[in-house]
Amino acid sequence: MTTTIFDASRAGRSNRQHAPQDSQTPLDIPERFLRKTPPLLPQVGELQVVRHFTLLSQMNFSVDTQFYPLGSCTMKYNPRICHVLASLPGFLNRHPLATEGSGQGVLRSLYELQEMLQEISGMQAVSLTPMAGAQGEFAGVAMIRAYHRSRGDEGRTEMLVPDAAHGTNPATAAMCGYTVREIPTNAQGDVDLDALQLAVGPQTAGLMLTNPSTLGVFERAVERMAAIVHEAGGLLYYDGANLNAVTGWVRPGDMGFDAVHFNVHKTFATPHGGGGPGAGPVGVGNRLAPFLPLPVVQKQIRDNGREWFSWMSEKDLPQSIGRLSTFAGNVGILLRAHIYLRMIGAEGLKRVAEFATLNANYLMARLTEAGFAVAFPKRRATHEFIITLKREADEFGISALDFAKRLLDFGFHAPTMYFPSLVPECLLIEPTETETKETLDRFADAMIAIRQEARDYPQRLLKAPLAVPVPGGGIGRLDATRAARKPDLIWKESAVL
Amino acid sequence: MPFIPHTSAEIDEMLNKIGVLSIETLFEEVPDRLHCPPLDLSPPLGEMAVSRLMRERADADAGGLCFIGAGAYEHHIPAAVWEIASRGEFLTAYTPYQAEASQGTLQVLYEFQTMMAGLTAMDASNASLYDGGSGLGEAVLMAVRANPDHNKVVLIPASVHPHYRQVVETMTQDQGIEIIEIPFDPVEGRVALKSLASFRGKKVAALVIPQPNFFGILEEVDELTDWAKAEGAVVIGLVNPLTLGLLKPPGEWGEEGADIACGDGQPLGSPLSSGGPYFGFLCCKQKLLRQMPGRIVGRTEDPSGRSGMILTLQAREQHIRRSRATSNICTSQGIMTVAAVIHLSLLGPEGLAKVAAMCHAKTVALVNKLTAIPGVSRQFTGPFFHEAALRLPKPTAAILAQLSRLGIQGGYRLGEAYAKLDKAILICATETKTEEDLDFYADTLVWALNVKESF
Repeated sequence: MTTTIFDASRAGRSNRQHAPQDSQTPLDIPERFLRKTPPLLPQVGELQVVRHFTLLSQMNFSVDTQFYPLGSCTMKYNPRICHVLASLPGFLNRHPLATEGSGQGVLRSLYELQEMLQEISGMQAVSLTPMAGAQGEFAGVAMIRAYHRSRGDEGRTEMLVPDAAHGTNPATAAMCGYTVREIPTNAQGDVDLDALQLAVGPQTAGLMLTNPSTLGVFERAVERMAAIVHEAGGLLYYDGANLNAVTGWVRPGDMGFDAVHFNVHKTFATPHGGGGPGAGPVGVGNRLAPFLPLPVVQKQIRDNGREWFSWMSEKDLPQSIGRLSTFAGNVGILLRAHIYLRMIGAEGLKRVAEFATLNANYLMARLTEAGFAVAFPKRRATHEFIITLKREADEFGISALDFAKRLLDFGFHAPTMYFPSLVPECLLIEPTETETKETLDRFADAMIAIRQEARDYPQRLLKAPLAVPVPGGGIGRLDATRAARKPDLIWKESAVL
Repeated sequence: MPFIPHTSAEIDEMLNKIGVLSIETLFEEVPDRLHCPPLDLSPPLGEMAVSRLMRERADADAGGLCFIGAGAYEHHIPAAVWEIASRGEFLTAYTPYQAEASQGTLQVLYEFQTMMAGLTAMDASNASLYDGGSGLGEAVLMAVRANPDHNKVVLIPASVHPHYRQVVETMTQDQGIEIIEIPFDPVEGRVALKSLASFRGKKVAALVIPQPNFFGILEEVDELTDWAKAEGAVVIGLVNPLTLGLLKPPGEWGEEGADIACGDGQPLGSPLSSGGPYFGFLCCKQKLLRQMPGRIVGRTEDPSGRSGMILTLQAREQHIRRSRATSNICTSQGIMTVAAVIHLSLLGPEGLAKVAAMCHAKTVALVNKLTAIPGVSRQFTGPFFHEAALRLPKPTAAILAQLSRLGIQGGYRLGEAYAKLDKAILICATETKTEEDLDFYADTLVWALNVKESF
């Protein structure tokens, strides 16, 4: 690490240009409410601040600087124009509780986004308020719960989740008060239909499913699965994590799903921001529409014939599961998604799925040809695929982790590791549609070179990364166990660097 | 093709390598009957056309002078904040799973955790949550987990932001947690200690204490904290981080201090942006660390003893513990925390205190100017920080609409959430307002109140 901003602090150094002039009025707040010692904040000049954080930024891998084939995360290019337009002063400076008359531009844009998402998913209504995929999941499952309750159907206590599902699925079901029941996957990578049939019953609230699944294959029997769950009185929830594989080709609503969440930071190219903010709008069919989380934008035609956009409140949606965010969700992020969709349109969206799939299948073909073991070799890849390094692990004593760390030295972000956990020593690889063939070829070449290294110099892999090509990249593999055993979570004056 | 770089020669080569004749073949596992007809979306726009469209919309949204607070505050954000935070290396990175390739983001988060822990006088901070409302929801869930011998009952004063209370309700309703609303004193506008008396000995799990509260009033945090600690309840301090430049931090409330501090980080570098993205923060005492939800960054070493940062204590999280995780959250508000760290670095302790003091002074000045108008008076008597509830002599909705037409966002109508406060609005003046702005508001309000019939 580089020194921290606190190390650069010197008592008495300040940036007066950012502080207001001293107030003329003496502070009249009673003493007992005031803090006695100033907070630990650095005292540094503006140039030192700019330099410190610019240098830190350069120590990152990012989509703008590196290939980032992180499976299930859809690290595609984030068009700059979306960022620029969402950052226009009229959008940035508007208070969330300002009058609706002063927000017709943003409200209209959000309303159009709701409509576009309905069309893309084949659903009947959309709420944009969830602030991340996990919150969208929460909204979906909470709506399913509210639906059953509204019918007096209190006995449905179980949520079904395939064993390959993202960790957020069972965690969400638990937050909604459900017991989680896992459904196994069969050898071809599909959910085991017989097991599903056996698992459903009057206790089934629903099924949470990702399709294409986290195994990078399309659940071919999805309609049969929907029928099984619906016949048992349960509802189906679509985890939109992998929607980038099928936009414009298949719609969750047509597959039989009752609720869906979108990850706009995956499918609709909003930036991941080093972990957020994203947005996780939810779409639902008619049965769940009364339960949508608030607020939702509505369009009315006024007496003068003009369109008027406004927020729906509890009065308009009395059965809503409630609020998930203080105001209206991550509006700035939703604007970026709106702009992206306006730019690519229907054809562009279909093309996204096509080229994401082409890139994944091409890379899978190259790696297969080079002798890597693909988890499901008889299946088409969707927008992502899994390789298992079990054989390399047995032969050379190296792991998927070693492979991933060595990839960093080659200037590639590592694929997702050890997920889904049912495939041993796996890497989940998602190239996305915005990468060129040359990049995919360079990545495949690096994989081949690393395997040769594993054979010839396995010790080198065990120590990787050796020289990550970013400033400060001389750092070796960081000790995760030590970090957890002796947590050092904040800088302290005495800390020795 | 927008954002897709393939040439037709490359497409052919790639299909050839895969061993298929067309891209369509790659979708052969999708049952034919599921293929959807072409989507009905508006025709694609080029960059120039979409820019024109969005500029028109943004221009129409310029709302005039803003005197609304109510959970989101207009502050000056130094130019360097978003110039640096918008760098692609920060903006287009993902959650820093690969620590060695993410030292930039990780170190920013470590510095963020340090600053938040320092502001709140707590031992630890996570790497942020979605926003203040959901952050309070997570704090409530965390407090109940941390207090397993007590009843799953959490006391939340009605002087907490009404939207926050709604979010907490949504997040906790299926966890068997009972949320009990504590009334505020209608004269002072804050919680009176006596209104807690009936909960003595009831083994409540936690008490939420807002400071300042939703009405801008300063709660008697020391005595409330001492009461809750004596009851064995976890104390959750709900605070505006900007005010902590001046106000006593939750870690120092009462004899022992609060156990958890949370709130919305928006005042630290997040633009208003119609409600988001902002970020929530969550800090706690050491003993509650393993109950904390969300990402946490820690310092560690490489084999040669060099320091580096890494995501840590992940055994709490959903991708490891699945249905037994502390939360389903799997992100932070990353880039908003980058902005907050740069913002706080530029202000420093002195700058932050000055901004806070100026917000207070401007609000005092505005309250004085407005209450000089006949019929306008303060709703509450308690001491306030940078927001105040004012009673108006005319229906508040019509007056606010009138002000809006004249270029002033005049405040939040308290009647929306509190039936008994139907005649009052909540106003706020931050350091961004000049003396002339305050006068303009006062003059305009006089005019609006005297218009014969509001239209």
